[in-house]
Amino acid sequence: MDKLRLENVTYRYDVGTAFEQTALDDVTLSIEEGKITGIIGHTGSGKSTMMKLLNGLDHPAEGKVYLDGVDLNADKKELLSSSSLFEKYQNLSKSARKKAILSEYADFKKNLCFRVGLVMQYPEYQLFEETVEKDISFGPKNMGLSEEEIKKRVREAAMLTGVSEDLFEKSPFDLSGGQKRRVALAGVMAMKPEVLVLDEPAAGLDPRGRNNIFSSIVDYRNQTGSTVIIVSHSMEDMAKYCDRVVVMNHARVAMEGDRKEVFAHVGELSSMGLDIPEITRLAELLRERGLPLTDAIYTVEEATSALLSVFGKGGADR
Amino acid sequence: MKGFTLGQYYPGNSFIHRLDPRAKIILGILAIVCTFLCKTLFSFILLFALTLILAILSRIPLKILLRSLRPVLFILLFTSLVNIFMTKGENLLFEYWIFHVYEEGLWNALFMIVRITSLIVMTGIFLTYTTTPIALTDGLEQLLSPLKKLHIPVHDFAMMITIALRFIPTLAEETERIMNAQRARGVNFSSGGLFKRVRSLIPILIPLFVSAFNRAFDLANAMECRCYHGGEGRTRLNVLHYKAADFIAMILLLGIGIGLFFANRFTFGGMIR
Repeated sequence: MDKLRLENVTYRYDVGTAFEQTALDDVTLSIEEGKITGIIGHTGSGKSTMMKLLNGLDHPAEGKVYLDGVDLNADKKELLSSSSLFEKYQNLSKSARKKAILSEYADFKKNLCFRVGLVMQYPEYQLFEETVEKDISFGPKNMGLSEEEIKKRVREAAMLTGVSEDLFEKSPFDLSGGQKRRVALAGVMAMKPEVLVLDEPAAGLDPRGRNNIFSSIVDYRNQTGSTVIIVSHSMEDMAKYCDRVVVMNHARVAMEGDRKEVFAHVGELSSMGLDIPEITRLAELLRERGLPLTDAIYTVEEATSALLSVFGKGGADR
Repeated sequence: MKGFTLGQYYPGNSFIHRLDPRAKIILGILAIVCTFLCKTLFSFILLFALTLILAILSRIPLKILLRSLRPVLFILLFTSLVNIFMTKGENLLFEYWIFHVYEEGLWNALFMIVRITSLIVMTGIFLTYTTTPIALTDGLEQLLSPLKKLHIPVHDFAMMITIALRFIPTLAEETERIMNAQRARGVNFSSGGLFKRVRSLIPILIPLFVSAFNRAFDLANAMECRCYHGGEGRTRLNVLHYKAADFIAMILLLGIGIGLFFANRFTFGGMIR
C-alpha cells in the first residue's frame, strides 16, 4: 500500500504579490511503503517544497496529501462525511461518531511530525542543547516518552548514525561539521518515524561523510522497515541508494520509476539540467564499443563485478 | 515568509522608479510638507488629486498602495472620532447626551483622513514602493555626506544599515528554516501558557544567534580580505547622477507646495470650506 500519497497538489509562494511563484503544479505521486524513494530535481524544481507538505508543516493551495490514507489537511466537514475515519466509525451513532472521528484526527495531527520525521537541509543548524545527548533526546522528549525509553532510543539512534557515546557529554557546537550532521540526524531518528524524509542529507560533506550518512539511512530503513524519502540533486547518490526515483522539473513530476527506467532517459535528464551517474555513462560508452556489459550499472562496485564477469573467464587471452 | 521582501518595494520602471534616490528622499520630505500646508477644503481637494496623480504615475496597483494604510487604520479611526466629537464650532448638527457634533468637526475628521492617507501613500510612492532599501541608504548617505565635516561617521552608519538590510531576509529565511526543523521535532509554538511559549523559543534563538555570529565573523573576514577599511577614499560601484527629470520633479513639487499654500485662501464660503 502507498504510505504517502499526493493528489493534484499545487503550492504557490507569495500569493497576491509581484513575486508569486508556483512551486508545485498539479503533482500526483505515491510513495511506496518500506522503500527508499529519491526525489531529484535541479534547484527550484519544487522538491524542497514538497517535503514540507509531507508532515503538515505547510499545506497545499490545492490538492490532498495522504498518510496511510488519511488526509493531512482535512477540514471538519470532509472528516465527518467522507474520510477514511468516517468509514472506520460508520457503525457508531452520529454524535458518538463525530466525537470519535474528531479526537482520533486531533491525535493524528499531533503525532504527525513524529510519524513523518523531517531532516531539513543542513540540519546541524537545529542543534541547540548543552550536550549532544540532550539534543538527540529533544524529539523523543517532546513525544512524551518515559525517561528509560528516551535513553534507549538515544543510544540506538547514536549507534545507527555512528555518534560514539563519549561525545554524549560534549556541547554540539564543539563538534566537527560531519559529527554535527550525524547528531542532527540521530535527533530525528530517535523519534523512530515511520517515514523519514531527508533534504540533501549529504550536502557539503566529504566522500566518507556522505557514505556514513547514507549507510546509516539505509541501516535505519533495514532495522525499522520505515519508508525513506531522500530529496537531492545528486544522481550518484540517488543511483546508489534509492529503490525508486522521482524526477521533478518545473514544479511537476517529469519522470517516475525504478532507477533503471529513469536512468534510461539520458537525453531528457540532461535537458533538465541533470546527469546520469558517470559510471553509468562509462558503462554505456563501453557497451557502444561492443563490450557485452550487463545493463543497470550505477555504482563502481557494480561496474567492477560486471567487468570481471566479462573478463573473468576469458580474461586471460587479453 | 518565503520570498520575504523587505519593506514594500514594488518592482517597476515607471517615471518615479527611475528618479534618483536622493531626489526621491527630498521629494518625500516635500510631500510631507505639502500635506501639512493644507488647511481648507479646496487645498485638500488639490492634495487628494496630487496623490492620485502620483499613484497613477508610479504604476503601482491601488490595492497594494492601500495595503500600506492597514497599520494606521486604527489611528485614522481614532483621530477622526476625536475630531468629530471634540471639535467645537458654530454649526451644531447633532446632539445626544454628552455628544455634540459640529459641522467643523466632520470637516476636520475628513481633512485628517485625507491628510494621513496622502502622507502615507505619497511617502510610500516616493520612498518605499519605488526605491530599493539599498538605493535609499545610498541616497541617504550621499545626502548626509556634508555631516562628515563634523566627524559624524556617515559612511559607517550607512554601511551598517546596508548590511543589516541585506541580512534581514537571510535571517528571516533562517528563522523559518530553524522553526520548521524544530517543529518537525515536536516543538509547538502556538499552544501552552506564556512560560511554555517563551521556553519554546529557546530551540530557535540559540541556533539563530550561533549562526548569526558565525555569519558576522565570516562577513568581517571577507570584507577585510578585500581590504575594506571604512569610507576613506572609497569609490562607489553605483555612482548617483542627478538627471534633468530629478530637478524638474523637485521644482514641480516645490511649486505645488507653494500653490497649496496659496490655495488655502480660496474658500467655498465657510471658514475652512
